[in-house]
Amino acid sequence: MNPTPSFSPRSFSLRAMAVAALLASTALISAAHAATPAGMLAGYTSQAGAPASAARGQQFFNRTHGKEWNCGSCHGAIPTQAGKHASTGKPIAALAPATNAERFTDTAKTEKWFRRNCNDVVGRECTAAEKADVLSWLQTLKP
Amino acid sequence: MRDHSRPSLRRILLAALTGTLFAAATTAQADGGKRPPVPLLPQYQQECASCHTAYPPGMLPVASWQRLMKDLPRHFGTDASLDPAVTADLTRWLTANAGTYKRVDRAPPEDRISRSAWFIRKHDEVAAATWKLPAVKSAANCGACHTQADKGDYSERNIRIPR
Repeated sequence: MNPTPSFSPRSFSLRAMAVAALLASTALISAAHAATPAGMLAGYTSQAGAPASAARGQQFFNRTHGKEWNCGSCHGAIPTQAGKHASTGKPIAALAPATNAERFTDTAKTEKWFRRNCNDVVGRECTAAEKADVLSWLQTLKP
Repeated sequence: MRDHSRPSLRRILLAALTGTLFAAATTAQADGGKRPPVPLLPQYQQECASCHTAYPPGMLPVASWQRLMKDLPRHFGTDASLDPAVTADLTRWLTANAGTYKRVDRAPPEDRISRSAWFIRKHDEVAAATWKLPAVKSAANCGACHTQADKGDYSERNIRIPR
């Protein structure tokens, strides 16, 4: 290896490749953050391998699953409106995309909350089909 | 046996620390006797304040924060799990800013701020009925009365107790 910096065409092209790789990964990251509710629903639906059902999603959201809380315990029974955390009383912004444009636009955030909240409500992680159902119901809600 | 005839390193350090704290306290007194709140880490607000007040790190000792951050999947009855990198970042910030002054130096029962002796003493004039109001609901809901709690400001002048 040559320890002194050189500006040979070879090192320039390496640098250009590194810059290109960095730009590409930045674009990928911002694409991940610029997710849409419709795109996320399509993703969960294809993972589930069956069409989503808004009616099933509504039922899933509003019933308990053998534990104390249902989804509405914190998100409220009408997810176009703000909810309130069931134990701390902290206000929680509306869940439905129609009244809260930030919802379901960041895949990592959505996955984090499905993981935690399904564990609290259902006692396990939700399946892709369950996520697709709930998301398809939420997308039918109007302000 | 310890030699008490000369000051130990620990005593010298203690004296220096006390001097520093005294100087800091005196400086803070100059602007109304209030210690300025520790600026809250944006990541702390983002990850923790979705469910509850972004409690100032100084309200719990290091040992409490460490226990809480080790057990996030079982956080007071809910799953508050975070990925390992975020957990490590937040733990570092919380322990660096944890309470060290006398009234916070002992871990409260269950590591609950609301069970600290100082918390109970400071809230002893709040009526039992007030705690039960729908607008209050929980001792965790600091913002119900401390109107600037989300900014880490718990000063008397910003308290509005709902009726």
